[in-house]
Amino acid sequence: MTAPLVRDYRSLRQGISQRDRSLREKVMSLHNAATLVQDGMSVGVGGSTMSRTPMAMIWELMRQRRKHLSCSRSIVSTDGDLLFGSDIADEVVTSWFAQGILWGLSKVMRHHVEKGGKRFQEWSHMAMGMRFRAGAMGVPFLPIRSMLGSDVLKQRPEAKEFDCPFTGEKLLLVPALNPDVALIHVQRCDPYGNAHIDGLQFMDIDLAMAADRVILTTERIISNDQIRRAPDQTKIPFFCVDAVVEVPFGAAPHECFGVYEPMMRHMEAYVAKVNAEPLEGMRGYLERHVYGPETWTDFLSLIGLDNLLEAANKGRSIYND
Amino acid sequence: MTDSRRYTAAETLAILSARQLEDGQVVFAGVGVPLLAATLAQRLHCPGLTILFEGGVIGAFVEPGKLPPSTNDQRCTKRANMVLGSADVLLLLQRGYVDVGFMGGAQIDQYGNLNSSFIGSPAAPKTRLPGTGGGNDIASLTNMIVAMKHEKRRFVEKVDFITSPGFIQGWKTRAESGLPAGGMFRVITELAVFGFDDETRRMKVLALNPGVDRAQVQDNTGFELLFDEALSMTEPPTGRELETLRDLDPHRLFTA
Repeated sequence: MTAPLVRDYRSLRQGISQRDRSLREKVMSLHNAATLVQDGMSVGVGGSTMSRTPMAMIWELMRQRRKHLSCSRSIVSTDGDLLFGSDIADEVVTSWFAQGILWGLSKVMRHHVEKGGKRFQEWSHMAMGMRFRAGAMGVPFLPIRSMLGSDVLKQRPEAKEFDCPFTGEKLLLVPALNPDVALIHVQRCDPYGNAHIDGLQFMDIDLAMAADRVILTTERIISNDQIRRAPDQTKIPFFCVDAVVEVPFGAAPHECFGVYEPMMRHMEAYVAKVNAEPLEGMRGYLERHVYGPETWTDFLSLIGLDNLLEAANKGRSIYND
Repeated sequence: MTDSRRYTAAETLAILSARQLEDGQVVFAGVGVPLLAATLAQRLHCPGLTILFEGGVIGAFVEPGKLPPSTNDQRCTKRANMVLGSADVLLLLQRGYVDVGFMGGAQIDQYGNLNSSFIGSPAAPKTRLPGTGGGNDIASLTNMIVAMKHEKRRFVEKVDFITSPGFIQGWKTRAESGLPAGGMFRVITELAVFGFDDETRRMKVLALNPGVDRAQVQDNTGFELLFDEALSMTEPPTGRELETLRDLDPHRLFTA
């Protein structure tokens, strides 16, 4: 069964009309929130590269052994390694996929894409953004002026060249992307899902509006009174949100703006391990860091208190001067 | 004391690239040498240079010793004027607010097309590379400076895959593809500074780096180069340029 590239407008609206959009509490466990993601779904992943990655939710999905997901994200780093290495995703839709600019190519991505039958569907970064935006706007496509003339476009028959009816210019139409579910990690939100995002917001606001369901993980839950004191700070409104999970250090070992920077020693050890042995190294990492720990806190213990504190110290330093 | 007679290839790239920037420009910079070069220019001769990052940052002022590991990290926002969504910052390129796009390259051809997607054929690649990121958008929508290592296997007649378009197949093929604005402006390597012929759009040597001769550049290039009539010799990095650069990247993250 192949889902249509652009989803039917009436069914998209129907999905929202049937959603409980009341101001209600949605706080739940990581385990229960993860059940909103089912095998074969398209999953929009918030954040970008090594920033505000919803890592705790991805970790939980790996533990629950989801299968055949299609994951889309602005830019993918070690989260993509994990999606392929744990076999929860068949496809990653993104503009860039490595472990991080410091480490060169991902041997894990290379193995699974070159030999393992996994798909890395490449779009330009702006095209990814405009695909989520079209999804958020309730229109089937948006026109852009990049990707034209390139081989990136030749690989993407889903995008259509088009002559502008007003100017006659050649433009590219990129199809709306409305994921079944979005995973977004934020600094804070209330129990209803009104979310603050500090610093870089990437494509998360469009992603939240585009998706059928949104799972928020948050560094902390604040009261609705706090939200109402500064409503201009709310970046995602409650009625887009279906689950709220409080997970401190929920983007570890990646960064969460103003809270912690990436845990670089953990990242370096990870990269050395999986690039040396893309299959065995990854298996060992998953056993020890994903399937092994009882709780997310136990996973954080494996990263180590010194590593976490150093990352937190650097993360908060953005507000020091 | 900085020994100005000894410097790495990456330092040469950063310094010669920084010299291409002018005060008052708006520059869209990728991570690594581009970010370093833009920041260096800001410290040296371009105090009014505005740096944009694809993570969604306008007017960053990166701190010495705290270079961000990517253009999507919180360090990129240091002393910035504005933080916005990543699609929105890329749309500024499309609207025309950006003078120069600035990035690294893995493989380039005689028309300035860049490949960062595939070695070999896309159907059965020898190597799947990381892909475009914002590279395609930047190269499609503004004037480009590319800083990269000069090796024969990286300077090829025709790239395996056009990830970020230069002048496509030369002449007017870029505009005809639907890209009326921008194009390759400069390529900077440890051997030379390159521009592109106004008509054919083929790569042309504008200036040789100190101690480099024509044959050396040609021998390390996989296609026949044009040489500018007024071919010049680039001034070596100065002590001040090297000192400032080493102050920005003391841990040699990007200049080893």
